[in-house]
Amino acid sequence: MEKFTKHTGIGVPLRQSNVDTDQIIPAVYLKRITRTGFEDALFSAWRKDPSFILNQEPYSAGSVLVAGPDFGTGSSREHAVWALKDYGFKAVLSSRFADIFRGNSGKQGLLAAQVAQDDIELIWKELENAPGTEVTVDLESKTVVCGNIVAPFEIDDYTRWRLLEGLDDIGLTLQHEADITAYEATRPSFKPKTLPARVS
Amino acid sequence: MAKTLAEKVWDAHVVRKGDGDGANAQPDLLFIDLHLVHEVTSPQAFEGLRLAGRKLRRPDLTIATEDHNTPTLDIDKPIADLTSRTQIQTLRNNCAEFGVRLHSLGDAEQGIVHVVGPQLGLTQPGMTVVCGDSHTSTHGAFGALAMGIGTSEVEHVMATQTLSLKPFKTMAINVEGTLRQGVTAKDIILAVIAKIGTGGGQGYVLEYRGSAIRALSMDARMTICNMSIEAGARAGMVAPDETTYEYMKGRPHAPEGADWDAAVEYWNTLKTDDDATFDAQVDLDADTLEPFVTWGTNPGQGVSLSESVPSPADFGDENAKAAAERALQYMGLEAGTPMKDIRVDTVFLGSCTNSRIEDLRAAADIIRGREKDPNVRMLVVPGSARVRLEAEAEGLDRVFKDFGAEWRFAGCSMCLGMNPDQLEPGERCASTSNRNFEGRQGKGGRTHLVSPVVAAATAVRGTLSSPSDLEPAPEPAAIRIDAA
Ligand code: SF4
Repeated sequence: MEKFTKHTGIGVPLRQSNVDTDQIIPAVYLKRITRTGFEDALFSAWRKDPSFILNQEPYSAGSVLVAGPDFGTGSSREHAVWALKDYGFKAVLSSRFADIFRGNSGKQGLLAAQVAQDDIELIWKELENAPGTEVTVDLESKTVVCGNIVAPFEIDDYTRWRLLEGLDDIGLTLQHEADITAYEATRPSFKPKTLPARVS
Repeated sequence: MAKTLAEKVWDAHVVRKGDGDGANAQPDLLFIDLHLVHEVTSPQAFEGLRLAGRKLRRPDLTIATEDHNTPTLDIDKPIADLTSRTQIQTLRNNCAEFGVRLHSLGDAEQGIVHVVGPQLGLTQPGMTVVCGDSHTSTHGAFGALAMGIGTSEVEHVMATQTLSLKPFKTMAINVEGTLRQGVTAKDIILAVIAKIGTGGGQGYVLEYRGSAIRALSMDARMTICNMSIEAGARAGMVAPDETTYEYMKGRPHAPEGADWDAAVEYWNTLKTDDDATFDAQVDLDADTLEPFVTWGTNPGQGVSLSESVPSPADFGDENAKAAAERALQYMGLEAGTPMKDIRVDTVFLGSCTNSRIEDLRAAADIIRGREKDPNVRMLVVPGSARVRLEAEAEGLDRVFKDFGAEWRFAGCSMCLGMNPDQLEPGERCASTSNRNFEGRQGKGGRTHLVSPVVAAATAVRGTLSSPSDLEPAPEPAAIRIDAA
């Protein structure tokens, strides 16, 4: 996973609360066998509407999604995070995230920054008044900057540390690789191996 | 300190203890001895590795097979369904790229992942076994700690050969006594689930114990452990004994020579200590058990075959009442109907619960020399190509075909209908599989979970039946052709 310290990119105001994962990515896309290439699936139902925010310049090139409360509710599909990342989003701001979505984001390196709803409203106005305004999300100082607005955000310490260090679950475990190697060395010889194949 | 079997296996695999104690404890890092892979839950995990530029750490502890999507007819032709074909082709590409041993369609070792591992002797006592599939609990029959995992965890195991896990609670399922004729392991586990409910095992590793369990063969123990997940448990286990060793001996990947002796010495320690305590206990009387069958849409909604469809009013709990009402509606059943009056359209003998050689033998013994009800279609799907070959060597295929059943190639088949083997809407099936969820065997299909011998007797009479309901087979009975 890539390290996340600070990101600056065009902010996208999504004036919607309760954006569930079925809206982020509908179930028909779950049959795919890949973990990438979901950019076209993101908000696919909404994107059929030409007035949808991601169909408008310069928002379509955005990388910081500023959403209403209760973002990412519903089904636990990890695909929702994959789709946001594949589209190019690096961070989502909301005053409240669904637990599983927040957990999945942390695993995949998408920053879910919890910002007070009052600040979200200010940022929305700024982004609507001056489309294309960039938002800076600084994980080190836990602040969001948009025009003249400077707002703090919350994220749990553990996730913050993992993002700053660029550690996914696997990366974390691999920090203990020496322990794994030591364990492997003690494994008795009678334990089976699949290779080379022995077939009768 | 005295330990249960599950705790012994756990402790033997701790690579690193989690920091902290009690409720705040971080998960332990556990080593995984065997990782089983199939086409449905692996593609994103392989791609995750590729994207992160990581290697598969232990190809020599990993094995893959094709099962969920494979057709059971015309296996030499390209798979007709495009999604299925793509998933299987992706598995083939991934296995080639990462050096994973794969048993493909047409290979003698191809089959349902949970049938293949044990039959190759790769599943052994005291191991940790995982697979991106909930019925991995099957392998617990050998005294292994075997669990189903999600796709992210599959990738984690691929990259590190470990899993971060929080300790489970332990539950003893004591089954004492002797099963009567016609009563099987499937009836034990269906009765256990009916007793503790589909959530009763949540957070637990179950250990099946007692004289009735000890008397069971390995195939039967696998049937029981397989359905542990249907009680909500993370895993189910049976302590290894002579029956286990007898089964293991001579299998392709079983230890040999001095390794065998060392292994047996270790395996003999894999018993729950006499003074160890379980967090919970459940008792079941094997002597009085009857063939069991489900009437509803979850595996806990079951009764003895001699009983009738229950009424929602029989349930005290409001949720259970509502669930029963919904289930009866979906199943098209009326409360009070004797289970044995229920007609079926299809009989499915197969799935990782009941598709091993003994299951086929038991069913064949019932139908030999008898005639199938003309209105019933019967599908016999061996769990693996090896089981199919074995059955054919014994002449079981002839018994099934003479009876009028369809003799198919190995795979998951109608257990979940990812391939063309599906029920039509409204069709009713007596199935030896493990899930009777709405639409599981095909949209609108209705499933009654049964044992192989009940499935066979049902195919004869056309209504849910136990072997004891059958007239004696007409004389002269067909001659059993034994393997040369
Ligand atoms: S047979 Fe059924 S339960 Fe078993 S692995 Fe296949 S689909 Fe799953």
